[in-house]
Amino acid sequence: MSTPMRPFDRRDFLRVSALAGGGMLLGTLVDFSRVDVLGAAEPAGEFEPNAFIRISSAGVITILAKNPEVGQGVRTMLPMLVAEELDVAWQQVTVEQAMSDETKYGRQVAGGSTSTPTNWEPLRRAGAAGRQMLIAAAAATWNVPAGECSTEAGVVHHRTSRRRATYGELAAKAATMPAPALNTVPLKDPKDFKIIGKSIPGVDNLKIVTGKPLFGIDVTVPGMRYAVFEKSPVFGAKVASANVDEVKGLPGVQQAFVVEGSSNLSGLVPGVAIVADSWWAARSARRRLRVTWEQHATAQQSSAGFQAKAKEFFAGAPQSVARRDGDVAAAYAGAAKVVAAEYEYPFLAHAPLEPQNCTARFADGKMEIWAPTQAPQGGRQLVAQTLGLKPEDISIHIVRGGGGFGRRLANDYMVEAAWIARQAGVPVKLVWTREDDMQHDFYRPSGYHKLKGAVDANGRITAWENHFATFGDGQRFAQAASISPNEFPISFIPNVLFGVSQMPLGVPTGFLRAPTSNAIAFVYQSFIDELALAAGRDPLQFRLDLLSQVGAVPASQGNPASPVDAARMRGVLELVAEKAGWGKRTLPKGQGMGIGMHFSHRGYFAEVVEVNVSPRGEVKIVKVWVAGDVGSQIINPSGAMAQVQGSVLDGIAEAMKQEITIEGGKAVQSNFDDFELLRITEVPPVEVHFRTTEFPPTGMGEPALPPVIPALTNAIFQATGKRIRSLPLARHDLSWG
Amino acid sequence: MKVTFSVNGTNRTVDVPADMPLLWILRDTLDLKGTKYGCGESLCGACTVHINGAATRACQVPASALNGRKVVTIEGLSADASHPLQRAWQELDVPQCGYCQAGQIMQAAELLANNPKPTDEDIDAAMYGNLCRCATYHRIREGIHRAAQIAANPRAASRTRDDDAAAQGAS
Repeated sequence: MSTPMRPFDRRDFLRVSALAGGGMLLGTLVDFSRVDVLGAAEPAGEFEPNAFIRISSAGVITILAKNPEVGQGVRTMLPMLVAEELDVAWQQVTVEQAMSDETKYGRQVAGGSTSTPTNWEPLRRAGAAGRQMLIAAAAATWNVPAGECSTEAGVVHHRTSRRRATYGELAAKAATMPAPALNTVPLKDPKDFKIIGKSIPGVDNLKIVTGKPLFGIDVTVPGMRYAVFEKSPVFGAKVASANVDEVKGLPGVQQAFVVEGSSNLSGLVPGVAIVADSWWAARSARRRLRVTWEQHATAQQSSAGFQAKAKEFFAGAPQSVARRDGDVAAAYAGAAKVVAAEYEYPFLAHAPLEPQNCTARFADGKMEIWAPTQAPQGGRQLVAQTLGLKPEDISIHIVRGGGGFGRRLANDYMVEAAWIARQAGVPVKLVWTREDDMQHDFYRPSGYHKLKGAVDANGRITAWENHFATFGDGQRFAQAASISPNEFPISFIPNVLFGVSQMPLGVPTGFLRAPTSNAIAFVYQSFIDELALAAGRDPLQFRLDLLSQVGAVPASQGNPASPVDAARMRGVLELVAEKAGWGKRTLPKGQGMGIGMHFSHRGYFAEVVEVNVSPRGEVKIVKVWVAGDVGSQIINPSGAMAQVQGSVLDGIAEAMKQEITIEGGKAVQSNFDDFELLRITEVPPVEVHFRTTEFPPTGMGEPALPPVIPALTNAIFQATGKRIRSLPLARHDLSWG
Repeated sequence: MKVTFSVNGTNRTVDVPADMPLLWILRDTLDLKGTKYGCGESLCGACTVHINGAATRACQVPASALNGRKVVTIEGLSADASHPLQRAWQELDVPQCGYCQAGQIMQAAELLANNPKPTDEDIDAAMYGNLCRCATYHRIREGIHRAAQIAANPRAASRTRDDDAAAQGAS
């Protein structure tokens, strides 16, 4: 599948540029040929200026939400953009989830915090185009110049003649108006925004608080049966034998069969399916299922083994050098201080609260799927390839997901449900157990870093060296296991060596909220603190100084080798320091403040954590301060605040206690007793400030996460003198005194 | 086995395996999808319902224990989304993904029934076992306080997050 959550790169930049120019992507996003087609086909009076807007003559204004909703708020936020420029009141709008349809809606993915930057302009233009056609309809009806008409809350006015018409009244006429060119249709001055910038509650909140069916697991289709699917705990092992005949005779069971699958971990993996009258019957029968799995090549892999292999790598030179600037050896020779340290972080599960599930129906050669997926278009490809179907014979309903965090970018549950439904010959709802979910994730990969750095007598970083031990087959990295050699602060330092060594991995890996950033921010921002200490500098001032340094490849805005804009990063650092009162208080032993910053997903975030560590080593987070720069506009302040606070608490949970351990080629943890989530008792105040800048708005789902982890571990160092070089904190004895 | 029990004020009789948990009877036999499956082991609280008034994890209650019990689910908390918690949750935009919220609300409803004006500490103690993977805990706490205000003054004008931000002068 594609890798939609990778950090900003040159291709992204070009795509954004094309968008900002209003060109090509708009053409595919908004299909104006539909105006004529639908104008003829729809009931009289329906106005559908593009794929995102539908206005009936009765005045019902429907806005299509194009992207998958998994709790990040896009089912609310994206329609806000359309509604603003269509110039309707939010209360008038009914939001409808779009089907997966790339030709109609363009790219429909919930990943990489991309919904905001890629839709900010196109969706507003879609709304503005609809408004312009409604105005044209009114002007033609009244025989007045369009320029004399104005709109407000779903009504077109001609003030001088005191005439007015609702959008519903104008719908039939508007459908006959020529569509304006999207790249020239005017947009509102932001000071005139009435919806953008307001806290709009989630459009599904009423269904959520009244328990209406809403999520993937709630889907019901006529004649549906329930499925469970047992896979090998050693990832991808084949079924040697299974007592399927015995299982078939158990109460409620309709069918049981082996799915041959393949050992390609991103495809359909082998297992045994049980289809029954109820999920409980299927689940109960599964307890009597006995499967013998074939011996599998990766059955000896373990977290301890990966760690040992990294140590072995670190004894020698890296397998390859990904970036070399200047001469690190010369810099060490001339340095005031040289610091070396090794860092590591574990595998992590996504653990969305709704276990993976999918409903599928196969009839007359066509597959219909209801899936809480973050990447429906990738799912269609996977199902088409695996089942040998044409993509156009697969339709996918995008259903709300109970949390995503990147887990639902993979579509393993979708291809399983599709396969089982076709073989069973009945519609099935496949629902995983929590244990399935925890033990068959696409984990955030563990990683190992051997770092060395130097500071000169002026406290400037003169050398930065990283030997990164990670997973791959020597040709390609495992998914989410590559870290950019250009990651901050490398482009601000004159002498750099970034080496990589890869070891094979038989564990599926994937993108976890702020992928790679959730790991590298911890490593680099901690090591920057180690260098600050060596230089005898305050960690905040040291970072501000670093941002004014110039590397061998100078950092400048838009430079693909170093997209970090130093001025924006400095802006959030200074803001968070001011809000947190950095350096204003002298804290006693056991208390400390730490700082971290990170650029990812086009967003700049700096965060300060204050901790209180008891002499026995119990950590209490007193408070977190956040400063973020995601551009010129916070579209939905309520949603933005929720994403930032949620991201920060997610990072805290990862840092404090989360870890997936691999033993015998399997994941050890299986439920929330051994892979713990944060609880209400563990939640500190999280104070959030946004710095608005002139740049187009960017996404909120991820970039606030990475800095909190090093801010926390740096605070623990200030409090206790103990430098945290591995996660989670639960592994460490933090007692002092 | 056949069991008869009350669900949201109506007597229901179901014929299910004796070990089938209430969670799955609600969801798949009675088609009440509001109560959610999260862990199956009483570790997350997503399936919280009231049984004879007590907040209970529906994944741990087998059919054999249901005869004559009075079960209330999120669907039966109010007829029209008017329970103070349902109002507060919407006003303050509490849900993120929303999957845990039926359980959170049912747990909080038990708290408010016994303690109309809980402190933060009371809330933490009552809500400790209800996990929110999105960690919208600040708003869960805020929502319970707000629901307590609404319960005390049901005619209070509804608020939005922007009202609260303006009142606090937040940026």
